Amino acid sequence: MLDLIPDLTQAAGWLPLVFALVMALAMLAYVILDGYDLGVGVLLRRADDVAQKDAMIASIGPFWDANETWLVLGVGVLLVAFPLAHGVILGALYLPVALMLVALMLRGVAFDFRVKARVEHKPLWDRAFYTGSLLAGWSQGFMLGGLITGFKDDLWSQLFNALIGLCLVAAYCLLGAGWLIMKSEGVLQLKAVAWARGSLGFTAAGVAAISIMTPLVSPRIFEKWFSFPNLVMLLPIPAMTLALFWVMARSLKRLPTRLEQGNQYGAAVPFACTVGVFLLAFYGLAYSLFPWLVVDRITLWQAASAPEALMVIFYGVVVVLPVIIGYTVFAYRVFWGKSTALKY
Amino acid sequence: MQTFDPVQLARIQFAANMTFHILFPTISIAMGWVLLFFKTRFVATGQPHWMDAYQFWVKIFALTFALGVVSGITMSFQFGTNWPGFMTTVGNVAGPLLAYEVLTAFFLEATMLGIMLFGRGRVSERVHTWATFLVAAGTTASAFWILALNSWMHTPAGFEMINGQAHVTSWFEVIFNPSFPYRFSHMLLASGLTVAFLLAGISAFRWLKQDRGADVNAGLHTGIYIAALLIPIQIVVGDLHGVNTLHHQPAKIAAMEGIWETQRGAPAVLFALPDAATQSNQFELAIPKLASLYLTHDWNGEVKGIKEFGDQHPPVAPVFWAFRTMVGVGLLMLAVSWFSVWQTRRQRSIQPWLARVLVAMTFAGWVALISGWYTTEIGRQPWLVQGVLTAAQAASNVPASNIALTLVMYLTLYVTLLFSYIKVVFYLAKKATLKEGSVHTGGVANAEPAVQGAQHA
Repeated sequence: MLDLIPDLTQAAGWLPLVFALVMALAMLAYVILDGYDLGVGVLLRRADDVAQKDAMIASIGPFWDANETWLVLGVGVLLVAFPLAHGVILGALYLPVALMLVALMLRGVAFDFRVKARVEHKPLWDRAFYTGSLLAGWSQGFMLGGLITGFKDDLWSQLFNALIGLCLVAAYCLLGAGWLIMKSEGVLQLKAVAWARGSLGFTAAGVAAISIMTPLVSPRIFEKWFSFPNLVMLLPIPAMTLALFWVMARSLKRLPTRLEQGNQYGAAVPFACTVGVFLLAFYGLAYSLFPWLVVDRITLWQAASAPEALMVIFYGVVVVLPVIIGYTVFAYRVFWGKSTALKY
Repeated sequence: MQTFDPVQLARIQFAANMTFHILFPTISIAMGWVLLFFKTRFVATGQPHWMDAYQFWVKIFALTFALGVVSGITMSFQFGTNWPGFMTTVGNVAGPLLAYEVLTAFFLEATMLGIMLFGRGRVSERVHTWATFLVAAGTTASAFWILALNSWMHTPAGFEMINGQAHVTSWFEVIFNPSFPYRFSHMLLASGLTVAFLLAGISAFRWLKQDRGADVNAGLHTGIYIAALLIPIQIVVGDLHGVNTLHHQPAKIAAMEGIWETQRGAPAVLFALPDAATQSNQFELAIPKLASLYLTHDWNGEVKGIKEFGDQHPPVAPVFWAFRTMVGVGLLMLAVSWFSVWQTRRQRSIQPWLARVLVAMTFAGWVALISGWYTTEIGRQPWLVQGVLTAAQAASNVPASNIALTLVMYLTLYVTLLFSYIKVVFYLAKKATLKEGSVHTGGVANAEPAVQGAQHA
């Protein structure tokens, strides 16, 4: 594998690596940030009444727009830094990408239309919001599956992709429910605890399925994980994942009693644990795939743009990305704490 | 079969996407600045009707912005899915420009929008005004980068080709390429005009529904004054842009003017049916020598005809008609906006018939905008990057059936959303009327602001 990595002291060596890192961070930020608001969208259908739906939407209102921008950054970096891989990956994923785009459009606008259109049309836009969130999450999981299997299009690979799609939806629901537990109060908060408990099992099953099936799908990935001493060094990843699931399950069990006594202690635990699981799963996946952008076909160096073009973007990233992170943190601080009704 | 040519389908799909997308940023760019104007007027004068105007228009802004964001996400994917050859050939130029757009504009506007919309009461008035400013600045920065790239595709500069790939020699020349100053100002003015007529049209709609408070009048006046001010500037900038195009893309000008033969003292064709088969115009109505005058600023200046360019020229009829639509709407805008200003000054208020004309022209900016973009973009064909790369070379090998399927999916969604958007904009106007109409004193431009209005300021 080492012979795939060029001299990292040269610009043509380290620049693509830096951009792969930026892309990975953008995708991770996207999955976690848009993940919780997609999750809230999927859970919307389980709300009791309009007031609950409004409260759920209010909790994600100020954020969803910026959350989706991380996807543009991730795909943007893929496009400008790895144009060769962008063409191959998006060409292979043509239909799921189109489905995701239509779904994202539908939910993005439904968010605004539901409060602005006639009252009698509100349920229709709510359904659009739910459907869009569900299909967006599912198609993203489907694409993730494709990335792991190297875009094979036989029936078993397609089924594997579809299954991962369902698991990602469950994981987004867990994230969304965790978010609602932090941001809401009263009946909705208790409902969110129940939703989180419902999606916990599916998410755990999904993580397990991916962990077991990924090495089976690719002998190369199997080799990377199950050879000695890698196995021992990597053991903390599944161990920590298990521990996080355990902490989460315990927290979700205790939360209802505590919340009924008006005690908000630990309301952030389920969300934080889910983010932890996402981080670990992402790290494991990145380890499995590195240094390939398209499994066993295109490495990140083969796909990279000319170093001089990357250098121009690199300056921009170094200067601007910290600023972006800065004002994103500022925006989250402005809306810190329990969410209030959205009015403007 | 012609209709199932994958390149043609990819082109239609991309055009559909672009057409849908550009409608919304065009409104958000100038609307951001108009909102900042309302906000700063309120802060400076303390008059609540400025805040009422802000509160009403920020709803339309938010809706417009959301549509712009989601359709923009689609763009970032379609570059790769529809035109992979574009990035492999000129990626070293296009990549950094797109990257800077995302980095300097997208995050800024998206994050600040949250504070601008929902942050009042959570941040100080000053920070809120700053957030409003940053949203407006973000949308404009976004336009800057994307028009730098688009202009470069029309008039590429500052690069050399090495092994079939563009490598940048001067970023300054890439960004400030020959057509950029004209295209960027033309686009910003178009945005201003689109918003001006939207403001005037919706305010006139409320005015006709007897909702004649100070906030409605503020919207109406802001709209017609911006329009009256910008349209003459736009006509001058448009003319300069045309002269620039004649220099760099003579085939496009020939198609726009419907001139087949190279000639001195070329006529301005007012009406004709350009016929590609016979390479001539039917039913031509023209003013002798006028085209030479406004293109070359000389009665006997030479204008190249389409026959000069062999088969490397754009389809004539669509460019010819798109250009005439744009100019026609522009002249109508001039007449209506100046007459509206004259009427409000001379007769203190516009007349109902003029208000109806303004309502009819609410989205006139869109018509001019789209026909203008079709003129310039179809006018570049068969090139994707003028003289460097043709659209056919850049196309992907995605099967035609997949493109057709997704095209139908996108089109259905776009038509539904566009229809919903227009309906909801008018519905919001009607709702505002029902809520406030009874309170206002009505009729007079400088009526005392309603008490209700003061409370949510």
